Amino acid sequence: MKYRCLLCGYIYDPEVGDPDNDIDPGTAFEDLPDDWECPECGAGKDEFEPVED
Amino acid sequence: MNSIEVKKGIYWVGSVDWNVRDFHGYTTSRGSSYNAYLIVDEKIALIDSVKHGFRQDMLAKIAEHVDPSKIDYVISNHTEPDHSGELLAVMQQAPQSQLIASAKGEKGLRQYYPGDYPCRVVKTGDTLNLGRYELSFINTPMLHWPDSMFTYLASEKLLFSMDAFGQHLASNQRFDVDVDFDILMHEAKTYYANIIMHLGSIVAKTLKAASELAIETVCPSHGVIWTKHLPDIISRYQDWCAFKPAGKVLVIYDSMWHSTEMMAEQIVAGATEEGVQAQLIRLPNHDLTNVVTEILDADAVVVGSPTLNNGMMPTVAAFLTYIKGLKPAKKIGFAFGSHGWSGGGAAQVGQEMEATGIEIVREPIVCQYRPDQAVLDQCLSAGKELAQHAKSC
Ligand SMILES: [Fe+2]
Ligand SMILES: [Fe+2]
Ligand SMILES: [Fe+2]
Repeated sequence: MKYRCLLCGYIYDPEVGDPDNDIDPGTAFEDLPDDWECPECGAGKDEFEPVED
Repeated sequence: MNSIEVKKGIYWVGSVDWNVRDFHGYTTSRGSSYNAYLIVDEKIALIDSVKHGFRQDMLAKIAEHVDPSKIDYVISNHTEPDHSGELLAVMQQAPQSQLIASAKGEKGLRQYYPGDYPCRVVKTGDTLNLGRYELSFINTPMLHWPDSMFTYLASEKLLFSMDAFGQHLASNQRFDVDVDFDILMHEAKTYYANIIMHLGSIVAKTLKAASELAIETVCPSHGVIWTKHLPDIISRYQDWCAFKPAGKVLVIYDSMWHSTEMMAEQIVAGATEEGVQAQLIRLPNHDLTNVVTEILDADAVVVGSPTLNNGMMPTVAAFLTYIKGLKPAKKIGFAFGSHGWSGGGAAQVGQEMEATGIEIVREPIVCQYRPDQAVLDQCLSAGKELAQHAKSC
């Protein structure tokens, strides 16, 4: 499932991951490290909400 | 106007924009200022610049204290062009100068202002020694852009806060104690509501982090410098980021042939009978900037539109689009409006209101052509209910 940053609007797509921050494609949002931050704005995981497709 | 000394060797070298009235859509009824700050020490630093077009004004103020070509560090607290607009011009005059910015700041600045200039990327805790003074940096992402940061001078208990605590307020005075307190607070509130309202969780986090620093003076990038009234603005920011309500009902609408207006007036009348503050706001006559300021601390927001071509009026749609992005919290409301035949305007308003985060407490109140007594009574009692809610908060 995709997740949207409530602060800046960035969408985390598990199919893409976050390669700039060493998150491989295929990593589910739930499996991101606790200290992972939004690559756009630095928000923590708790600032994200699931996106209904 | 000349530069003004803030602390020993630290000067305001910004520009007052007396006549700006449209700041990217924000109605700046009292103008604004773009605050750049110069620190003259063994090394010379400039913190932020001014909007494009105010270059000579800023350079002349810098030149009162130091040759602008001697600047060593150009610190960008925030990438937005009202502050970065003349950074490049300064660096071109001072070829040995180095840009200091956050990682996001560098990325954005190089896109706005392509060039080969050297840049040092800083993050929370990093310092810059100027001789007598040592600056430190604090990342404040999304307050209100990803690049945003504070520059802090611990020895002077001085915080350069960029847009945070800013006010669009043109004045020849530079300190809070020298301007009218109520006007100052009103402009600070308008600024918060229109620029930062949707980022309340970040504001709360930042206020908490800032409370651990010793701060006596806050130099924002718009308006006057906070000194004596710093505790006042901090406590207002605490109220605003918590959406603390003021006991207030807003009835916001547009109308074609006065039917929706008659309904709006009855809702206000109902709230008034309950002794609660209520305002009647017909959209095209009010700037959205000012409407949003009222929304920040409202308890109830009801929105009315007649049906135009099977939908809501574009004035109402524009308003709802604007407040959707600002995510007002802790408000109740409902939609209302008249129609001729098929209807649909009020229902569409209700759907859009829900998307803004306003809690919808009833189905839309609608009427055909003219509200009859039954509809007017319904509006009156709905206004009373909103007022009762406002009193209970
Ligand atoms: Fe984000
Ligand atoms: Fe800004
Ligand atoms: Fe600004």
